[in-house]
Amino acid sequence: MKEQTKIPETDICIIGAGPVGLFAVFEAGLLKMRCHLIDALPQAGGQLSEIYPHKPIYDIPGYPQIMGQELVDRLIEQISPFDPEFTFGERVDSVRQENDGSLTVVTNENTVIHCKVLVIAGGLGCFEPRKPAIDGLREFEGKGVSYMIRNPETLRGRNVVLAGGGDSALDWTVFLADIAGKVTLVHRGDTFRGSPEVAEKVFKMAKAGKIDLLLHSNVTTLYGDGHLQELRIVSQELPHFIIPADHFIPLFGLTPKLGPIAEWGLDVIQSAIPVSPADYSTNIARIYAVGDINTYPGKLKLILCGFHETALAMQSAFKYVYPEEKLSFKYTTVYGINTF
Amino acid sequence: MASIRSDLISIRIINADEREETLEIHVTLNLSLMEALKAGGYPVLGTCGGIALCATCAVEVLSGNEHLSLPTDQELDMLDLLPNLPRFTRLACQIRLRPGMDGLLVRLVG
Repeated sequence: MKEQTKIPETDICIIGAGPVGLFAVFEAGLLKMRCHLIDALPQAGGQLSEIYPHKPIYDIPGYPQIMGQELVDRLIEQISPFDPEFTFGERVDSVRQENDGSLTVVTNENTVIHCKVLVIAGGLGCFEPRKPAIDGLREFEGKGVSYMIRNPETLRGRNVVLAGGGDSALDWTVFLADIAGKVTLVHRGDTFRGSPEVAEKVFKMAKAGKIDLLLHSNVTTLYGDGHLQELRIVSQELPHFIIPADHFIPLFGLTPKLGPIAEWGLDVIQSAIPVSPADYSTNIARIYAVGDINTYPGKLKLILCGFHETALAMQSAFKYVYPEEKLSFKYTTVYGINTF
Repeated sequence: MASIRSDLISIRIINADEREETLEIHVTLNLSLMEALKAGGYPVLGTCGGIALCATCAVEVLSGNEHLSLPTDQELDMLDLLPNLPRFTRLACQIRLRPGMDGLLVRLVG
């Protein structure tokens, strides 16, 4: 974690650099408001770049068809006159409202951004490890339970139990077999649809006694005294049995969650942030939510609708950035794009 | 002459408190089961919007599985990742409702 560094103040801080977050920079720029975008992903584009960069989108006005990544590239070109700043690969952990109403945003890497308005364009939210329903799982998080393997060396010589049936569970089983003291893979089924070569290797290693492979089995309970020591397994063959374990690593993929956003005092309904359909403001003054992450009567999760929401949200945000000025509506065809 | 209601199918749903409810849907709306469940007020998040990415719409198919199209690789990949999965689990967002699905019985698990 880097030292807390104060970066220059910005007018609008935007969480999420997907298409809607990017277009918010344009709408803010027209009103002479500067923007700083933060995204947990390492690049701009959000879902478009990460999930379907090469899939066509058919409902962007003016484009009968456009690929996801091309739309992102064009949005970045469109907002470049407004010179936005970006922080990538960081997740906003906390937001603090100052006495003058302005907001201080802090990321998980301790980047601090001071802004007058916060726009949440977080899309699906953050992708976090899927946590299975296992008794004691939360209790032993950081005390033997982890959801990803950052440094395999910490597992050297240890008794490691992995759970899951995807590629990640298979790959780590093979990799850790040479490092850990003992590796057990617990899988609820008996087949692995992932890469057949790796699955074959895992079956061979189990046959040779290099790893333990428990099929048709589920981990149900974790036990320990301050640190994980044992876990209970229910299987098709045996009602239940207990095996020792120093580490338990469930590998069940990632699932989108609101993440820390849910802890900022914002209203949340079914993982979405309710907003006023008049200006997409949330229940906290100076915080707006646009795009897939918000909800209001008649909400449609469309890029098109997100674009519209940014226009109205930025018009509303103007009063916080320029409290002394009167907002006058201007057409770009008349006034052009006035950069900073 | 076909009945004016011939496009109407009934989906039976076992909700969280184990009660069976019936949801009637016009198949001409071309909805996925996830969209129909959400529209019917069921607690289905459908966070990803229907692209088999979040599994918050997972359902256990208790009856009528034979009338569903086979899961795609993308759906199977997601199902592979889920812990403690009942045998006939599907992602409701990947089930496009069709006339032959009348009487489908599902339990919400997502």
